[in-house]
Amino acid sequence: MAATVSETSKKWSWVNFKQFMKDYGWCYAFIALPFLLFLVFTVYPLITAFIMSFQEYGILESKFIGFENYKYLLENEIFWKSMKNTVIYTVGTVPVNILITFFLALMIFPINKRSQTFFKASFYLPAVTSGITMSLIWLWMFDPTESGLMNIVLGWFGFDQQMWLASSDSALFSIMLMTYIGGHGSGVILYLAAMGGIPKSLYEAADIDAASWWSKLKNITWPLLKPTTLYMLITGVIGSFQVFEATYVMTQGGPNFATTTIAYLIYQHAFQYYQFGLASAEAFILGFVIIIISVLQFKYMSSDVEY
Amino acid sequence: MELKSVTDPQYQILLDEKKDFRRKTYKKIGLTIIYIFLVLWAVFTFVPLLWMLSSSFKDSSAITAVPPELLPKKPTLDAYKRIFEVGGMARWFLNSTIVASISTIINVFFASLAGYAFSKLKFPGRNTIFWVLLSSMMIPGQVTLIPLYILVVNTLQLENTYFGLIVPGMVSVGSIFLMKQFMSSLPSSLIDAGRIDACSEFGIFRKIILPMAKPGLAVLGIFTFVGHWNNFFWPFLITNTNSMRTLQVGLTSFRFENLQDYGAMMAGAVCSAVPMIIVFLALQKYFLRGITIGAVKG
Repeated sequence: MAATVSETSKKWSWVNFKQFMKDYGWCYAFIALPFLLFLVFTVYPLITAFIMSFQEYGILESKFIGFENYKYLLENEIFWKSMKNTVIYTVGTVPVNILITFFLALMIFPINKRSQTFFKASFYLPAVTSGITMSLIWLWMFDPTESGLMNIVLGWFGFDQQMWLASSDSALFSIMLMTYIGGHGSGVILYLAAMGGIPKSLYEAADIDAASWWSKLKNITWPLLKPTTLYMLITGVIGSFQVFEATYVMTQGGPNFATTTIAYLIYQHAFQYYQFGLASAEAFILGFVIIIISVLQFKYMSSDVEY
Repeated sequence: MELKSVTDPQYQILLDEKKDFRRKTYKKIGLTIIYIFLVLWAVFTFVPLLWMLSSSFKDSSAITAVPPELLPKKPTLDAYKRIFEVGGMARWFLNSTIVASISTIINVFFASLAGYAFSKLKFPGRNTIFWVLLSSMMIPGQVTLIPLYILVVNTLQLENTYFGLIVPGMVSVGSIFLMKQFMSSLPSSLIDAGRIDACSEFGIFRKIILPMAKPGLAVLGIFTFVGHWNNFFWPFLITNTNSMRTLQVGLTSFRFENLQDYGAMMAGAVCSAVPMIIVFLALQKYFLRGITIGAVKG
């Protein structure tokens, strides 16, 4: 008789389930395949990577070594060097490029619509070329002989030739320089969209108070564009912490580790020395740093901007 | 005398006109400076691309000539011949086209399915699932890369296959997010009308949602295609024969196999960049619109 009790409760839930499927089944059908692929190609690797970071990975056999990988990295000179390079690169590129973007947008904003579209398109255009293509072009432009374009240009102004990527003093700076030219298009478009959303009445009120151009910029435009700036800051930092293609194509992390970034070191450990466990630990440290920085930026820089 | 001229209404008008004229002139001068600066900056950002184009038409001696030639004096296609014959550009180009096209179709299809569900359907767990997806965007690609590599190469045995190149890019959270953003702006009334007319759920999606979402699909499709065309790291890991390399991987390997052949490298760079520049110029409207869909509203 006990069976009938469970039978009825099962039946009860079965009916429930059937009704549930009738109501919502289609909804889950829409996301089932994308979500399944997400599980297989993102969640499963994520969990595996976490486990691997505590292992000495071997193709046939892996053994758990606790926090050894992490400990090794935190005591490793090259790891800290690469962390330093990545931070220098980030600090030297992201804020500078946001400022360049901001001033470009500021200049485009007052001109007529047709010219606006023209400049938006021109500034965006270099962004459709790949990182590899750009790195190859700049590799050639940075050629340390007198045929490199950068040295030709320096020659016009009477400066000495530079070693650019070939010297450990200037290699990282050269890679940073590359980001200052081109690639501001999407940021400019975001800023312009946000600028268009600032009510004219604020500027009119400021005009009545005879506010200067600078004070309008400082007190109205810049603060109200903060959400856009924050978005660009967070995405910019995330991107620059993962910089890889430029250092791979142009310098292979050298000379003398001057351009070894975290992402490049992960690549080396994983796919040149096949130290999968160590590389996983490294990737987790990178992920951890990125998430912490993003959260901090969000916490300290986001304020409710309403207008 | 002084007093009189200041109070003279005629003079006041003249003074106002003068002030107005001065303000207008300042504005004109300001705008001219802005235009000059913007044009200069645009030219400045084009320099690398122009240098690539110019170098690709030089022969081996012209490329290192002293004094340097800014434009090739005797333009040749030698460099292009080398990147096609020594490198294998035709095959790389084909591979990139195949991989980018198929990845884009699959990616956009899945993104529109999920984007529709997350924006227009209500079901238990919807927000939780969406946040799980979204939070995975914070994790850098390097973290999942190694197990993904082991999964695709060792477990699925897909090294050097198109399938292996395509598989991890079939679903991307960014695309789903973009589609959700776009579809939430579509009117729900037509969906309800479809339900009343006893349209099947998939019928509603295919006959009502997809046609309305066309501009969004176009934007996502273009961005995804350019993204896959320019993608380097995954194809670089998963291919090790020249005939399976995509354009970006081929170019990189050519750089390391022929260290000083900058002419051929630039010719290769032209082959990689020009198709995307053409796509951009032809579909500019979608690009410029697309950038703001995902970002500002989010």
